Order: sequence, then structure tokens, then C-alpha cells
Amino acid sequence: MTRTMARAILVLTFLAAILAPWIAPRAYDHQYRQAVNASPSSQFPLGADNLGRDRLSRLLEGARVSLLLAPAAAALAVLLAAIVGILSAYLGGVWDRLIMGAVDLLLALPWLFLLLAVRAVLPLNVAPRLSVTLTFLLLGALGWAAPARVVRAQVRALLDSDFLLQARALGISPARVLTRQLPPNVAPVLLAQFCVSVPAFVLAEASLGLLGLGVSEPLPSLGSLLRDLESLPALHASLFQQAPMEMAAMLAPAAFLVLVICSFQLAFPQQEICS
Amino acid sequence: MTPTATKSTIQKMPRILRRVFAALATVLAGGFLCALLIRLAPGYGFDEREMDQRMRAESIRAIRAERTETGFAALYWQNLRAAIGGDLGKSRALNRPIAELFAERLPVTARSMAIGLALAWVFALGLAAAMAVTRSQALNAFAAALSGATLALPSAVIALLFLLAGWPPGLAVAVVIFPRIFRYLDSLTRGILDQPHVLFAEAKGVSRARILAYHVLPVAAEEIAALAGISVSLAFGALIPIEVVCGSPGFGLLAWQAAQARDLPLLVDMTVIVTLFTIAANSIPDFFERAERAA
Repeated sequence: MTRTMARAILVLTFLAAILAPWIAPRAYDHQYRQAVNASPSSQFPLGADNLGRDRLSRLLEGARVSLLLAPAAAALAVLLAAIVGILSAYLGGVWDRLIMGAVDLLLALPWLFLLLAVRAVLPLNVAPRLSVTLTFLLLGALGWAAPARVVRAQVRALLDSDFLLQARALGISPARVLTRQLPPNVAPVLLAQFCVSVPAFVLAEASLGLLGLGVSEPLPSLGSLLRDLESLPALHASLFQQAPMEMAAMLAPAAFLVLVICSFQLAFPQQEICS
Repeated sequence: MTPTATKSTIQKMPRILRRVFAALATVLAGGFLCALLIRLAPGYGFDEREMDQRMRAESIRAIRAERTETGFAALYWQNLRAAIGGDLGKSRALNRPIAELFAERLPVTARSMAIGLALAWVFALGLAAAMAVTRSQALNAFAAALSGATLALPSAVIALLFLLAGWPPGLAVAVVIFPRIFRYLDSLTRGILDQPHVLFAEAKGVSRARILAYHVLPVAAEEIAALAGISVSLAFGALIPIEVVCGSPGFGLLAWQAAQARDLPLLVDMTVIVTLFTIAANSIPDFFERAERAA
């Protein structure tokens, strides 16, 4: 029951993300100068930000950016992990040690520090569309190390299996083993790693966005929308007196993020994925 | 020396020396890769002062002349030798010696990490133990909801909520680390509780507290030690956004400042320190394992 609900929520949020340009009440970047910091109303259901932009439309567009590109980044990471993991296990010896050394190196650095360091060497002031591409390419390009290790372990186990032994005894070429025999058998592992990576990448983008190193304005993402929370300390004095609706509107991106990540956790439990 | 001879020499080394050797190689490779990335970064070697319109042509020429055109490998070697001698260079953005910055920032980060890790471990171990002993459905649901909700929030948002409440960054670290430790401990405990020897002990009427103390914890000790090492690295990663949001002047804030200002020498030094630190933390379980075997 809980899982069905979680999956239903995920389907709805992804649908909302895909249909954002059509269902959003206003343009996400249009500035209504008469509505700067407007409270939630029938015109602006979640209010307007400090530039007079409709918060609901920005939330929908932000969800579109984050929820559609995180799976793309996860697909890239899993593809790289599949190539690296299969080659490492298949080639063995020095190549295996070298590749696993590189994996160890990537895993030795905390994920966010690695993202921060690599993002810093890329141009910081770039066009919004390019910043989206850069952010998610970075997530995909740096997120392959842990899945690669899992894929390698799976491929090593497969290489010792009876069916591959028989196939090799029958004279099957290494190219055929690499392209036809191994990939279908590691597919469940890859799918599991993909399911684990998507929420991790959504959260990583949110963290980068909050630190000002994610998607550039005026394009919203869940991370950049969370930056509005920085003005919470200013509202803190009037937390439960004057501005409860503004607080709720401001917390909407965070609540949406929690909803999406919790739904992922419930829809695809990790213990089940890993078994 | 032939490759075979080198291989056998490495194999003959004591395990601890091999670990140190591998750790050093990883640290050096990390520093080299970071330096290489920086060398390839757009705008490398360009001095912002050259864009200052008040500068006269001869001043710009003088600034350009200040830059020694050294090759990448030579530059890396120079920096490495200086670092071994204790000179970590100077931060471009903060205009201060990097060693001085590290000495100033590391204790702040160490304090937050120590508080966060201690609290997260106490709470996670306590909750996992309580669940193993009581097997209460209500407690299970509470733990799942708590760990799920905290896992779903970026550490910066948690930090912001703690900032509003006026609580120290160390507590935010505890909240970020707790679900990760707890979920692993819970899964580990459940796995051991389902093993035949535990079921047999339970059928014989051994109390659950005794089962936990004598049959679960000793079996889980090695994995708990490994998790302890990983949790140090996780705590460090969590501290970056927490220190930025809370304005805590630690290593995480320094990393963010370096990234924002593209202070590349500082980033290289930080990468080396962080790699060293993580490898050291992840090696702790190995030493425990050795001590256990020796005992």
C-alpha cells in the first residue's frame, strides 16, 4: 500500500515536471513589479519572490529541471560504471588494479568536496542552459565510481559462472562475451544502481544549488529555489505571528524535495534493490 | 629491477607498509589530478589585474613577467617539494599562507565533527539496540520515519533549520550522519538476528539483551568499525554546506570560499589533505582487525 502510494506520488510529480510549461500558471521568469514579495493569494498561490516572480511556476519549472535531468545524469553515471566495471573485471591483472586505483581515488574524496573542487575549475558565470548541462554532466561524470565497483564484483562472479565457462569452451570470441553475454546479466545491477543514483543526484544538485554553484538564474532548479530559504533568518522574528503563509510558501521547495526523496526511498527500498 | 621482482618485493612487504604505500600513492595521484584539472581549467595563468584599466602598459608587462613559464610537471614537482618542506603556498583569495589557514580552520571542523559523530553514533546505536531488544512495531515506524525524513533533506537545509534554532553546527552534522549510520546498523542487526545460532539461543530462552550483547555485537564489530571509518568521511562531506550556512569558520567554509574565488592552490592543498584524512579514517578498521587477530 505504502509502496503503491509512493509510486503514485512519483508518477504525479514526474508528470507535473514534464507538463510544467503547460500547467504552470505564469512564465517562471516573468517579473511582476507590483507583486514583489507578494503573499500567497489566488493570483499567486505560493506568493512571489523578491523579484516578483511567481513561486508556483518556478517550483514547477525547477522540478522539471531537477527531476528530468537527475535521471539523465544517473543514466550517464551507470553507463560509465558499466563500461569501467565490465572492462576492469574482464581485463583483470594490472588493468584491474589501475582502474580500481582510480575508483579508490574518487571514493577517497567526500562526494560534495569533489563536486565543489571540480565545479570550481569550470567557468562559474555561464548561461543558464549551459549551467544546467554542466551541473548534471558533472554529477554523471563523477558519480560512476561506486556503481563501477558493484558492477565489477558482479562481472567477476559471472566470469566464474558455468555458462560463461561453457561459452568460452565453445570458442566464443571475447568481443561477443563483452557485448552479448555480460551486459544482459549485469542489467539488474545497473538498474538498481540507477534507482539509487537518481535521488542521490537530486540531493547533490540541491546542495550545489544552495551553495551557489548549481544552475544559474533565472532558470530555477530545486537547489536554486532552496536559496530562498536564506532569507528565513530575516523572517524568523515573525515566524508564527505575521508571516506563517510566507513561511509555508518559502518552505514549499524543501517540502517538495522531501516528498520526492521519501517517495523514492519507499518506492525502491535500498535493501530490496541491493538483494 | 624487473617488474616481477618489484611485484614480489611489494608482496613481501608487511601488510601495514603496503597500506601506507597504497595510501601515499593515492594521495599523490589525487594531488596530481587536481593540479592537472586546474592547469586545464579555462583562464589558468591569467591575472585579473591585467584587466584593470588604470594599469599602464609597462605595469601589465611587469605582471606578465612575474609569471614564470614553468612546465606543468616541473610546477607540480616544485609544489610537492615545498609541501614536504612544510610550505603549502599562499592562498590567492585570502592572501594568507595556506598552512596558517589550515591551522586556524582545522580545530573548528574537528570540534564540529567530534560532536556530530559522537551524537550520531550514540543515537543510532541506541535506537538500533532498542529496536533489536524490543522488536516494537511502533519504534520501527518511528525510526523509519525519522531516518527517512532526515535522509531526504540536503544538509544545507538541516543546517539552516539549526541556525534558526540557534543550535551549534555539530548538532546538524549529527542529524545528517545519523540516518546513514542507523540504516546500516539496523540492516546489519536484522541480518544477524535472523541467523540460526541467534534463533536457537532465542528458542532456548536467552534474553534479548544478552543475545544483543553476546551474539550480535561481537559478530557485527568488524563491520561497525568499517562503518566508523566511513562515517568520518561522510561527516566531512556534510560539514561543507553546514559550515557555509552557519558561517562556522572551518575547513568546509574554506573549501567553499576557495571554490567561489577559484583559489586553485588552496583547492589542491585541500584535496591532498582531505584524501589523506579520508584514507586514514578508512584504514582504522584494518588496524582494529590486525589487533584483534594478534589478540
